[in-house]
Amino acid sequence: MEEKQNFQTSLDFSQNVFKPSTREEIVEIVKNCYKKSIPLEISGLQSKNKIGRNFQAEKTLDLSNYKGIIEYKPEELYIKVKAGTPISEIEEALKKNNQQLAFEPNDFGYLFSGESNSGSIGGVVACNFAGSRRFKVGSVRDHLLGFQGVNGKGETIKSGGTVVKNVTGYDLCKILSGSFGTLTVLTEISIKVLPKPEISKTLIIKNPHLKKALDYLGQSLSSSTDPSGGVFYPDYFGKNFILNDLTHDGGLTGIRIEGPMNSVDQRVNRLSKELALIDKEFSVLDSVQTEIFWNKTKNLEVFKNSKSNLIRIVVPISETLQVIQKLKKDDLNYFIDWGGSLIWMAFDHLNSKILSEIKEITKSHQGYYTLIKIEDDFKASADIFTIDPIKYKISEKIKKSFDPKRIFNPGKMYTGI
Amino acid sequence: MSSLQMPKVDSSILSKKNKIVSDIGRIINPKNVLSHPDELRPFETDGLTAYRQMPLVVVMPETVEEVSNVLKYCNDNKVKVVPRGAGTGLSGGSLPLEDCVLMAMGKFNKILEIDYENRCVVTQPCVTNLAITHAVQDKGFYYAPDPSSQIACSIGGNVAENSGGVHSLKYGATTNNLLGIEVVLMDGTITKFGGKAMDSEGYDFLGLMTGSEGLLGVITEVTVKILKSPEIVKAALIGFPTIEDAGNCVAEIIAEGCIPAGMEIMDKALTKATNDYSKAGYPTDAEAMMIVEFDGTEHEVEAYIEKAKQIAEKNNSSSLKVSKSNEERLKFWAGRKAAFPACGVLAPDYMCMDGSIPRGKLAEVLREITRLSKKYDLPVANAFHAGDGNLHPLIMFDANDKESLKKCEEFGADILKYCVKVGGALTGEHGVGIEKRELMCEAFNDKDIQQQLTIKVALDPNSLLNPGKVYPILRKCAEEGRVHVHGGKTKFPDIPRF
Repeated sequence: MEEKQNFQTSLDFSQNVFKPSTREEIVEIVKNCYKKSIPLEISGLQSKNKIGRNFQAEKTLDLSNYKGIIEYKPEELYIKVKAGTPISEIEEALKKNNQQLAFEPNDFGYLFSGESNSGSIGGVVACNFAGSRRFKVGSVRDHLLGFQGVNGKGETIKSGGTVVKNVTGYDLCKILSGSFGTLTVLTEISIKVLPKPEISKTLIIKNPHLKKALDYLGQSLSSSTDPSGGVFYPDYFGKNFILNDLTHDGGLTGIRIEGPMNSVDQRVNRLSKELALIDKEFSVLDSVQTEIFWNKTKNLEVFKNSKSNLIRIVVPISETLQVIQKLKKDDLNYFIDWGGSLIWMAFDHLNSKILSEIKEITKSHQGYYTLIKIEDDFKASADIFTIDPIKYKISEKIKKSFDPKRIFNPGKMYTGI
Repeated sequence: MSSLQMPKVDSSILSKKNKIVSDIGRIINPKNVLSHPDELRPFETDGLTAYRQMPLVVVMPETVEEVSNVLKYCNDNKVKVVPRGAGTGLSGGSLPLEDCVLMAMGKFNKILEIDYENRCVVTQPCVTNLAITHAVQDKGFYYAPDPSSQIACSIGGNVAENSGGVHSLKYGATTNNLLGIEVVLMDGTITKFGGKAMDSEGYDFLGLMTGSEGLLGVITEVTVKILKSPEIVKAALIGFPTIEDAGNCVAEIIAEGCIPAGMEIMDKALTKATNDYSKAGYPTDAEAMMIVEFDGTEHEVEAYIEKAKQIAEKNNSSSLKVSKSNEERLKFWAGRKAAFPACGVLAPDYMCMDGSIPRGKLAEVLREITRLSKKYDLPVANAFHAGDGNLHPLIMFDANDKESLKKCEEFGADILKYCVKVGGALTGEHGVGIEKRELMCEAFNDKDIQQQLTIKVALDPNSLLNPGKVYPILRKCAEEGRVHVHGGKTKFPDIPRF
């Protein structure tokens, strides 16, 4: 699709915030900013805008008006939407057909504003944060089938499509997922949808000990009972869950099993035997309570009223125990998702010394961290994202290939990118 | 080689052959530098045997440092490099150039680490796909993507092509089962993208490299996810009186919320041919035949098979057989896997296409293929990974008859164009390579292609790594694109193709 050559716009370029509702307007805005080298902050529904480094942008490209479902084909398992479409609107539409976004987008609203704001699909793709099903179904990037976007020169580009099997050309869906709006303004997004499981149950094991929890999780994930979620909440957070069938408070390990009704019962039963649990040690949550439990998890609700800094750490499962032991100080609390691979850790106070320790520890255990929530005083000088010098060099080149004048979210991920 | 246009040969490189051979012989063990025509011959083609070209020299590095030093040398001296794994690719991705160093990765053939705790395998790139499953199956694990050539194709090649397979419907293609790679860029930079952890910091270079067909870097190490083998696997063999009924059944099974492990359809011509060939017990009177497979726990599989049965009956199925044992299930698949050799019996030559379409367009696309078959007066047999809309029409022709070959090429290109027209893709799993290069402008406009080329130039400014592949040279949509097989003989007749 070529842009109209002589597109006349009513856009007022003296304004600082653009709220386009058509792609043509987005193209016009970007072309103009490219020509004049004006940095643009790309924003959606403000649910994750606080994640990332501080940077200066003269203008804001607010995509919240660029929204709507373009095409939803339940039988083809995809939905095509405009980038500013709220996740809630998409999930509502999918629910009517008993489908879902299997990667369970996090709702960061609770963390940043105390109330739900699951953001827009564009923001979810740009951040590539996935919920508890990550180890089974992949991340957001694994569900992005295709996109259309506007690169830093104002050219409309696309990659992928709406079919699942497509190896035509470079897979730009991947490089744009998790690029935090630094490469391309996403305009249209085609995303894979999947059937909702018939029922879900959660095996909750009473256990306050991290090592034991990691054993349970490791064993579950390697079992043919095929779990779709595995979390550990230590004592500190265990008490946050009040559910009818939760028979204890305190530390808990939760393992989710989904599928057809009789199969789920059979697998829950088997898993409790494989883990050699005795009756008093566990309880089973039904579908309704399971949904509540895992929503609270993906939405980080245990940190809802916390004033602390929050770090997201990803390491191989084998390293989790050591990483937590090394990081654990009195003034922090944490929980573990992704069956043991994702650590959400709160710090009351952060400074560059503590952060470089965290960096060193995660790196030496083959992982990385991302600073999600951080006190304002420290934010300007902190490394929000990690990177090594070789990848930085490659990132610079890739940035340039999409956005040669560095007008999109300059510095949001790294200085100079 | 046929009329296929390749990048301009640099005669100054050809004239420096001896110097290049001796220079590289100082970087790596000179025994691993091949330059005599008799030594080069085995490398002149890959799985797309219609095209052949001897490389200038073949190098077989043994360590990542050697790969890096050779690439750096070639980059400094403006020598083109074509990477090659097992050489089974069906789109000509590792077709040599006359003035290239062919980097054959065959010596990177060891599994480095099996890590059950993190459920992954770290391996060198030229280990075969199936060898990974073999290495972990005694503990009840397997590697999910299963391209049909899995006994021979290399895992590094799978990464380069983002290979799929029958089970990618449920488990995804290579890109969804990969945790990390070590890669060497054209300037000799060695780096790792990803690792044993899920996701990684910064831009997703792992995702960008996967399926980049050897144009962005040479893969020297691969870390893949392994999965626990399902407790039980069952398949149903279902006949339908019309292709529409089969197509509707596929769409409905998916829409009902059952995601099978695999779902395949063959048309009547192929059902009969494969049944005659492999005696699989197929319903040869049916216009379309489907194999649908479910895996999981016993109750789960029973529930899904029952649901599939009901949906099939609702869609007028004429026969239905559920596998009672694993042997019987494998027998169902035996016929499907014999699709290629069975076609070899029907005609002197056939070409295998690889397009991808929305599931709901199955019947429409098949009707169009039938129409084109009449138009070009060439028989065609159809096999589909129906669950994910990936079709492999096999066009039969006679390569000794130039007119027949030309017609076949035009027929193939028309099919792929139609796939794009109905919202599909030029290639579902074989890659673009040289085969579909000139058809890229059917799927992308100039800006799209230019953006991709800009990425290429960012990582390989002189365009020395695997040039002439994926992106159009002619800048017109020439009628090219197929796997060419003569007399039923593929390059590796013992590798299943489906």
